[in-house]
Amino acid sequence: MKEFALLFRQPSFDYSNTPESEMKILQKKWMDWTGGIAAQGKLSGNGTRLALDGKVLKAGGVITDGPFVEIRERLGSFIVVKADSLEEATTLAHGCPVLDNGGSVEIRAIM
Amino acid sequence: MRNELKHLFQQEFSKMVAVISKLFGLQHIETAEDIVSETFLLATETWEAKGIPPNPTAWLYLVAKQKTAHHFRRNKIFDQKIKPALTTSQETAEAELNFSQENIKDSQLQMLFAVCNPAIASEAQIGLALRILCGFGIDEIAEAFLSNKEAINKRLFRAKEKLRMEKIKMELPPESEIAKRLDNVLHIIYLLFSEGYYSQTQNQVLQKDFCLEAMRLGLMLTEYEKTNLPKTNALIALMCFHASRFDARQTNEDTLVLYEQQNETLWDTALIHQGNYFLALSAQGNEISSYHLEAKIAAWHCIKEDTPEKWEDILQLYNQLLMVNYSPSVALNRTFALYKANGQREALAEAEKLKLENNHFYHLLLGELYKGIDNSKALLNLQKAYDLAKTQPEKQGIREKINQLS
Repeated sequence: MKEFALLFRQPSFDYSNTPESEMKILQKKWMDWTGGIAAQGKLSGNGTRLALDGKVLKAGGVITDGPFVEIRERLGSFIVVKADSLEEATTLAHGCPVLDNGGSVEIRAIM
Repeated sequence: MRNELKHLFQQEFSKMVAVISKLFGLQHIETAEDIVSETFLLATETWEAKGIPPNPTAWLYLVAKQKTAHHFRRNKIFDQKIKPALTTSQETAEAELNFSQENIKDSQLQMLFAVCNPAIASEAQIGLALRILCGFGIDEIAEAFLSNKEAINKRLFRAKEKLRMEKIKMELPPESEIAKRLDNVLHIIYLLFSEGYYSQTQNQVLQKDFCLEAMRLGLMLTEYEKTNLPKTNALIALMCFHASRFDARQTNEDTLVLYEQQNETLWDTALIHQGNYFLALSAQGNEISSYHLEAKIAAWHCIKEDTPEKWEDILQLYNQLLMVNYSPSVALNRTFALYKANGQREALAEAEKLKLENNHFYHLLLGELYKGIDNSKALLNLQKAYDLAKTQPEKQGIREKINQLS
């Protein structure tokens, strides 16, 4: 089996105004989805998480904070899965909660 | 008297072997076992003739002391090899066996770490632990492992060879190493408990004894600050919760997944309280080990009532457990929790992805999940589960489910 990164992109990852009850539902969705991949023995490692805040370094030493509104689809987070092929890894990405909110999952083999 | 002797043997064998081995070194572990066995043999003969002395333990320790001194003098090992090496303290220079409570405790803890040295294969570690730390006989160990005496003897012999070759010492690892080495010690205790709990032997008393010994070893670790860590407490909590249902699950030979038929009046409430006590202790600190997750799940299973909160929590615990530690049985249990928390159809879709074709629990679960949605598929899976099940009680349980459905 090879390793693939599933990169989650979403127009807006700003949850600062989301009510707690909705956050709980969202968290559950993520946990159940990741748990489903883990149940197939296809989650590699512990599941890497990215924090919501970050910095961007640009040419000329310009540093900006996230969220990166200028690129409409911001990279939210990623996990690493095990699969035999790019097609199988893509199948695993189905059901990802990011898709519910108009986001996308990019599937890339790790070389 | 036979029973009392057996009980004494189980209780004192491992203490005496540990103390003797500590004084003379692990390379003499077999001699230590011989001395203790001879001591018990003499006890049997003497006590049968004269009756049990008022303080049998003191009697045993005294005889063991004499025999030890005699053995090492007779073999000149003491004078030529050990005495020159024993120059550190007056106490050891006199080579007097010290059977104080304190020294017994120290010696047993050190023995636990020595036996759980990663240089020894884990299967052999369990065997050694059962023999040296828990005082089980070769016959009993052979029965538990569904093996024969010769094979177990060979396995123990190789493990002791390894102790010698690797020059493993009876001492606690340096402080910086303890946390790392403790993981292996906890793992062996966990395996020892599982050996009893999921044992395939027919001897129920033996299974229970294995579990109790594993719990005793775990408790031993709580008496030392350095090893009394949250994960240690989590492991003990886990064992308490499981052990509380020991009697109930004997009458229900069925499955890992569906424990619902258990007669909860047979649950041991004292052990559940103990489990809760250690679970609370395990919550200190930031680390969440797999023992923490398993203990929480086991705690929920000691509450019979179904609530949405219960199954949601169990599901999330299984999700986390899978991320730390994948195993097919955890995956199956997680899918069952998903069924209870998120409903049948969602669980069915997830279950279909698992593809554990040769696992009878898998087909049993599919049989359950297809029920009412596609009964012919439910039957097909139950039939597969029936064919794959290895024991008669399991087959019978599955047969009943098939009959109910058709």
